[in-house]
Amino acid sequence: MIFTVLIPLLLACFVPLISKIKDKIHTGIFVFFIPLAIFLYYIQFVGSDFTTVNQTVDWIPALGINFDFYLDGLSLLFVLLISGIGALVVLYSIYYLGKGERLGHFYVYLLMFMSAMLGVVLSDNIFVLYTFWELTSISSFLLIGYWHFNERSRYGALKSMLITVFGGLSMFGAFILLSVITGTTSIQSMIEQKDIILNSTYLPFILVLLLLGAFTKSAQFPFHIWLPDAMEAPTPVSAYLHSATMVKAGLFLVARFSPIFSGYEWFFIIVSIVGIVTLCWGSYMAVRQTDLKAILAFSTISQLGMIMAMLGFGTEIAVYAAVFHILNHATFKGSLFMVAGIVDHETGTRDIRKLGGLLNFMPMTATLALFGTFSMAGVPLPFFNGFYSKELFFDSSIDLTAGISGFADFLVQVIPYLAVFGSIFTFVYSMYFFFGVFGGKKQFNLLPKKPHEAPIGMLISPIVLVLGVIIIGLFPNLVNGTFLAHAADAIKGAVTADQHIKFWHGWDSPAFMMSLIVVGIGTILTFTRKKWAGVYRFLPGKLSLFKFYDIVLDKLNSVSNGVTKQYMTGSLRLYVAIILGTTLTLTFITMGATDGFTIQFNNLSDVRIIDLSVVLIMIVAAVGTIFARHNVAIILIAGVVGYGVAVLFVIYRAPDLALTQLVIETVSVVLFLLCFYHMPKLRKRDETKRSKAVNIVISVGFGALMTIIGISAHSSKWFDSIANYFIETSYKLGGGHNIVNVILVDMRGFDTLFEITVLGIAALAIFSLIKLKKNKEAD
Amino acid sequence: MYKPNDLILRTTTSLIAFILLGFAIYLLMAGHNSPGGGFVGGLMTASAFVLMYMSYGIETVKKILPINFRTLIPIGLLIAVGTGAGSFIFDVPFLSHTFGYFTLPIFGEIELATAMLFDIGVYVTVLGVTMTIILSIANDQ
Repeated sequence: MIFTVLIPLLLACFVPLISKIKDKIHTGIFVFFIPLAIFLYYIQFVGSDFTTVNQTVDWIPALGINFDFYLDGLSLLFVLLISGIGALVVLYSIYYLGKGERLGHFYVYLLMFMSAMLGVVLSDNIFVLYTFWELTSISSFLLIGYWHFNERSRYGALKSMLITVFGGLSMFGAFILLSVITGTTSIQSMIEQKDIILNSTYLPFILVLLLLGAFTKSAQFPFHIWLPDAMEAPTPVSAYLHSATMVKAGLFLVARFSPIFSGYEWFFIIVSIVGIVTLCWGSYMAVRQTDLKAILAFSTISQLGMIMAMLGFGTEIAVYAAVFHILNHATFKGSLFMVAGIVDHETGTRDIRKLGGLLNFMPMTATLALFGTFSMAGVPLPFFNGFYSKELFFDSSIDLTAGISGFADFLVQVIPYLAVFGSIFTFVYSMYFFFGVFGGKKQFNLLPKKPHEAPIGMLISPIVLVLGVIIIGLFPNLVNGTFLAHAADAIKGAVTADQHIKFWHGWDSPAFMMSLIVVGIGTILTFTRKKWAGVYRFLPGKLSLFKFYDIVLDKLNSVSNGVTKQYMTGSLRLYVAIILGTTLTLTFITMGATDGFTIQFNNLSDVRIIDLSVVLIMIVAAVGTIFARHNVAIILIAGVVGYGVAVLFVIYRAPDLALTQLVIETVSVVLFLLCFYHMPKLRKRDETKRSKAVNIVISVGFGALMTIIGISAHSSKWFDSIANYFIETSYKLGGGHNIVNVILVDMRGFDTLFEITVLGIAALAIFSLIKLKKNKEAD
Repeated sequence: MYKPNDLILRTTTSLIAFILLGFAIYLLMAGHNSPGGGFVGGLMTASAFVLMYMSYGIETVKKILPINFRTLIPIGLLIAVGTGAGSFIFDVPFLSHTFGYFTLPIFGEIELATAMLFDIGVYVTVLGVTMTIILSIANDQ
């Protein structure tokens, strides 16, 4: 199994080499065989005697991250969709993309995506699943932005990237929580331990984070906004990624984890509501669109919502309907996208207002579109597979049993009505799509190209898909027991015998009545569409989520820009104020919280007159520096403080320090005078009262802080001083009576070594600063 | 151009500079047993030189003291590191010092410590640093 996942990725490396010879042979022809081979490999698993298959290849065993592949009915369904439709899409793209395009890029991205998607559906390890999941986001980003010279393409690619990666990261959070709670990274073992998860206090977080991932990927309300913009991608990409495969990854995720959460009522509530709302909103909005692919995008959104809702219902029949509809939707939506691509390719526009009356000019395409749209609408005829799954959907929506809480109870009552409402609009946009393009008046003067039938190669893929629609429609039980039952079994566990899909439910079947209502009202609405189209001015009107996204993104930029400008002003004064203010606040808070301040009076020396007088002079000088108005005066007054310190050293019997302090003070005063000689005079700063007050608060606060820290440090001596050791051993070990010097050059000579290095670097730096400046002036 | 008559300054400088230099060397040598040491000795030497520069002018002093003070910095650092690394010869950790008593012809019995060599490194570096900084800034136009 691992080879089927990795082969597209490996062979993608050779595509650039092959694409060099694209003048003679289209690159897609080589690529076509890869998904075909994978499809043929997996088709052997289809059958009534299906058993699950496991394969493990070590990757990072120490972290429990391995390529654990697990093939059950659900993954088999998806794998066949991915490889089967992948092959058809590649075939289609051979005719769709000319040799002038950058084919190497296209097929590398496409193969990358295929690999990622296969990895998502086959992985049993959540972290491997996540890796492939993000790879689908990245390759989808690349594919949407394939025509990167197009501004809309870049916008759509970025949008889809932001939204799906947001969801992907949320999902990653859920995965981490899951693996921490259960102690395993395997989904199957998590399902076995579902009691632990269901009893965990983190359950709401896990559920919400996981569903965020699924909803963003599957374009559920309100995260659906990226899908219509992703229609800027080449049509084969839209057909493949945005109808059949990637957008179903979210459904896959929900289905995969539903054995764990199906007992949890909030799972039912959230997933059903989001699904139903997406169904209604997507189908309602689809009628409003004028671009063919936009109609299909909203239709995809609404169909995905419908499947999501069914997964939320979680009853046996609903799960069965969900997997059935995943299959059906892939067939008819894939073919419809290809039809839209053909129409675009042969007429030069996708604008439905310019199209019309193409039935006689493109009969093949029209036939294909007829099957696709009518199946999508759920028209009750026995060769449209969409009808069966829609019937099952209605069946499951009225089959719901009341939940425990009142809200779930209410939901159960409402869902059938919403289901009918959404399906009516589904019918309307399906008819709108078909008759808008192929029916009505000819208006070829609006078209950039003269329309004609597509080349047969381009029609092969939609024909295959439509054949799928018809065959499943005529013989639904062909895929039933061999295939779908296993998929439903993987989600629901122990589905009894295979559901028997019937065309005829009988007149008294409520699902059939609902279908008739849908067709009836849908037909009326289709004919009167022009009359009620005005409602779109009120809803969505100003409530458009697309605008909301743009505003949020815009605000995010401007607000963060503004915030940064507020504090990154380039003013060093402000930075110092921020640094000191933060230090001050944090230290005071820490001190207050830990009760760090102590003061003791028992270990104090007597205060003498001479100490007091020296300190007084220093205080006067220090205060003087604040009020001095001339820079030389400031330097000299500051010198007084320095000499005061030297005197204090003398008083406190530190002759070495006193000597050094004296000389250093002198040297630095001289240096200051040398420098300040060249400097401009001090100017009085124009300060507002407020900034002045802030400065005073910070400086006084910092002084107070240092004082308090000093007192506390003095009052809490926790260990004996090591000074005695130096006093005893200074002569014995160091051979000197000057303890300070012995410490400096012998006991801790290492410090001194680097202190003189610091001095040397400083001197060389000053020298080079001055010399370099001179050279610059000479230039 | 106005030229001050600084005869008194120059005369006293020639005297005081020697006293300062002598005091500096005393500080360096005595550092191990009484206040002083390489650092303050270096600074004191530098101040003697600065005094000379101040009273005689940079050009004149350059003639009598043809020293490039910048080279003193690496020399001093080399002495200090070399003293430290010398301990490897005797298979002891870096910067292990030792001392001993020797009887020399003129001085009689004196104590010699390897720490003194290290202090000389400090002395040379500090001298080089101080003079480099002051001369660089003073020479700046």
